[in-house]
Amino acid sequence: MFSFALRRVFQSVIVLLVVGLVAFAMFRFVGDPIDNMLGQERTLEDIERLRENLGLDKPFMVQYWRFLEQAAQGNFGLSYRQGRPVADILLERIPATLELAFVSGLLALIGGIVLGIFTAIRRRGVAANVIMTASLVGVSLPTFLIGILLIYIFSVELNWLPSFGRGDVVDIGGWSTGFFTESGRKALILPAITLGLYQMTLIMRLVRTEMLEVLRMDYIRFARARGIKERAINFRHALKNTLVPVITITGLQLGSIIAFAIITETVFQWPGVGLLFINAIQFVDIPVMAAYLMMISVMFVGINLIVDMLYFAIDPRLRVERSGGSN
Amino acid sequence: MKTKALLALTLLATTAMGASAETLRWARAGDSLTLDPHAQNEGPTHTLAHQIYEPLIIRDHSGAFQAALATDWAPKEGDPNVWVFNLRQGVTYHDGADFTAEDVVFSINRAKSENSAMKELLTSIVEVRATDDHTVEFVTDGPNPILPSNLTNLFMMDKGWTEANSATKVQDIAGGETTFASSNTNGTGPFQLVSREPDVKTVLSSNAAYWGKDEFPLDVTEIVYTPIQNAATRVAALLSGEVDFIQDVPVQDLGRVADTSGLVVKTAPQNRVIFFGMNMGADDIANDNVDGKNPLSDARVRKAMSLAVNRDAIKKVVMREQSQPAGMIAPPFVNGWTAEMDASSATDVEKAKSLMADAGYGDGFSIQLDCPNDRYINDEAICQAAVGMMAQIGVTVNLDAKPKAQHFPLIQNKETDFYMLGWGVPTYDSEYIFNFLVHTRNDERGSWNGTGYSNPDLDAKIASLSSETDLEKRNGLIGDIWSVVQDETLYIPIHHQVLNWGMTENVKTEVSPEDDPKFKFFELGG
Repeated sequence: MFSFALRRVFQSVIVLLVVGLVAFAMFRFVGDPIDNMLGQERTLEDIERLRENLGLDKPFMVQYWRFLEQAAQGNFGLSYRQGRPVADILLERIPATLELAFVSGLLALIGGIVLGIFTAIRRRGVAANVIMTASLVGVSLPTFLIGILLIYIFSVELNWLPSFGRGDVVDIGGWSTGFFTESGRKALILPAITLGLYQMTLIMRLVRTEMLEVLRMDYIRFARARGIKERAINFRHALKNTLVPVITITGLQLGSIIAFAIITETVFQWPGVGLLFINAIQFVDIPVMAAYLMMISVMFVGINLIVDMLYFAIDPRLRVERSGGSN
Repeated sequence: MKTKALLALTLLATTAMGASAETLRWARAGDSLTLDPHAQNEGPTHTLAHQIYEPLIIRDHSGAFQAALATDWAPKEGDPNVWVFNLRQGVTYHDGADFTAEDVVFSINRAKSENSAMKELLTSIVEVRATDDHTVEFVTDGPNPILPSNLTNLFMMDKGWTEANSATKVQDIAGGETTFASSNTNGTGPFQLVSREPDVKTVLSSNAAYWGKDEFPLDVTEIVYTPIQNAATRVAALLSGEVDFIQDVPVQDLGRVADTSGLVVKTAPQNRVIFFGMNMGADDIANDNVDGKNPLSDARVRKAMSLAVNRDAIKKVVMREQSQPAGMIAPPFVNGWTAEMDASSATDVEKAKSLMADAGYGDGFSIQLDCPNDRYINDEAICQAAVGMMAQIGVTVNLDAKPKAQHFPLIQNKETDFYMLGWGVPTYDSEYIFNFLVHTRNDERGSWNGTGYSNPDLDAKIASLSSETDLEKRNGLIGDIWSVVQDETLYIPIHHQVLNWGMTENVKTEVSPEDDPKFKFFELGG
């Protein structure tokens, strides 16, 4: 177990370094930050001076090395756009993204499992068929459009929910949360649905397929033959066995929920890291882009690491084979 | 009976609200970049600063000068190199400190310092001195007749406050330091900062001690400013009543907003002209199919290309009537603009074809057009329209549209031969246009001149503008320079942008051509 973990951590570090390298090689193609930083009246001299001061005249390898050196000391530099420390900005923004990802992840998981079971058990019912068809829409409509549609219906026409922002937030030890105010909870609903809809349909379809598969198994038939209640068969025996692939997918999707949040955050002006990243790209705010990309890759790598470990914990066969082989 | 009661209730509610706070919820696409008034020379940053800080002189919503912290100003008698500003008395900063001549000297010197983004507007100033507590003299390196127009976004900070908080230096981003003044304010303006989360929300409340509280409406007592980047969401927020006032209404949604009861759209020409530039200076250009020579160096070709552009069609189809076709690259507010020159851009494809034939390009040529896709209103669509129009005279245009961060460096590095650019003139004077767009590119001037055009004769005239105190003679020179620019078809003007502000019907304001609402002018009510 330990050597397995160590090996994975080492691999993760390599992945991170490569991501950083690719990111820095790409920044040149995003554009030139100098024009955004200096006003219209700047002279050629100003441009040269700033470029030199920021080290942008150096090759990207040198810039990357400088970034790594400073990042190793916990210093991610100042944002070109806001002139504030990047680390502060990210810490300020991350609660918004994580709360949104958490709620939409929860929504996707609960909604997906419930609907999945329902459509599997009542697979010939009208309601199940309607849900299955509707889920196709959820998969095929782009996030952007779903967001705008929801805003149109629930904000503009019905006036029930806010169209933008996070509402009032409460600050608890540096973590700003919208869970404790009414406007904060209301503001979460539309973005969470927008962000979670795709994952929800995905999980629902997965659960349904797995469930149908499991329900055909011999042990379910025997259980029925023994006269066990339908409810117990469905929820105790069948459901449990469908959950292993669901956990895998959910883990992997959690990363993409945070990454997909970019679009949702832009549509709803949700003050999270995704919106920050979009602004950074438009401004060519290299320190923010670099720190964001590193943060996202740390997260992806971390989630994958945890999922691998969970496998290890959940599936006894893996453990046996491994320990049998290495000891 | 029931309606009456309801009416009474509503009335009660309105009066109650009038007595307490009149909040204006305001949204636009971007946020201010910093609270330090000298650290950025950029629209949204200045707009927020204008509510909190004040310059000596401001422009009102019609673009005219209005006294702010200076009550009057004039060149010193007997010395054309000195401007004398008489300062307003009895003005205090939000922290209670008095505004004095010392603060003006301090602020101008701060704005002239190395990291300031405003220093280019102040290069002519040699010295600023306080002659008494409420009089300041600006000494320039020669007579500078348009100095006041360079000061309308130059905000006054309190010397004592700034020094006490060690924010004398303007922030240096490359140096990795943050300053107190970039997140705290102490101005003399009509509003003071209550709270701010960058990119999320900024709250301002009215300054009870404001010197102008009897002069201006000042109906707004609280401002809640939330940037909303996505245009559709911004409009939705106005439609659903979550905000009262938005800037940057997308042209396709204007009708929707205007048709909604309770909302109005106000429109006015913006101080920004959109045009194409052409690389005429090079012997041969890379992005065309002609070898050994540069078709754009022939004035007939440039003239033909300008004649091919159907500005009315662009206005109608691309801009949905939200533009004003242009014949010169100066917005209508600018000194030197004439209706005659601005109307000079007719479309005449036949004449254009014959000009092309005269120049020896009867069969046309092909060239790449570089265009931004996130900077100006419908910028990419304008370029697409131009592609079809150029094809009529045999010029095959390959369009390359990119984000602004990639587009502008092309002009900077002379990597484009045919490009779109927009230009606003904060000084309201043609000299500003000539300095940046017409003068030969060197270390001091011509930094936005991507055409490679160089005319020493014209350069001398442009340089002489800055010290010509005889306004009549100066205007004559400006006219001369414009006639050369027009004859040479240095640029292909397209149109003047039009600004749209959307608001609830109880918000009463004119649209400012700089797109910078100054909320002290706003009236609220029935």
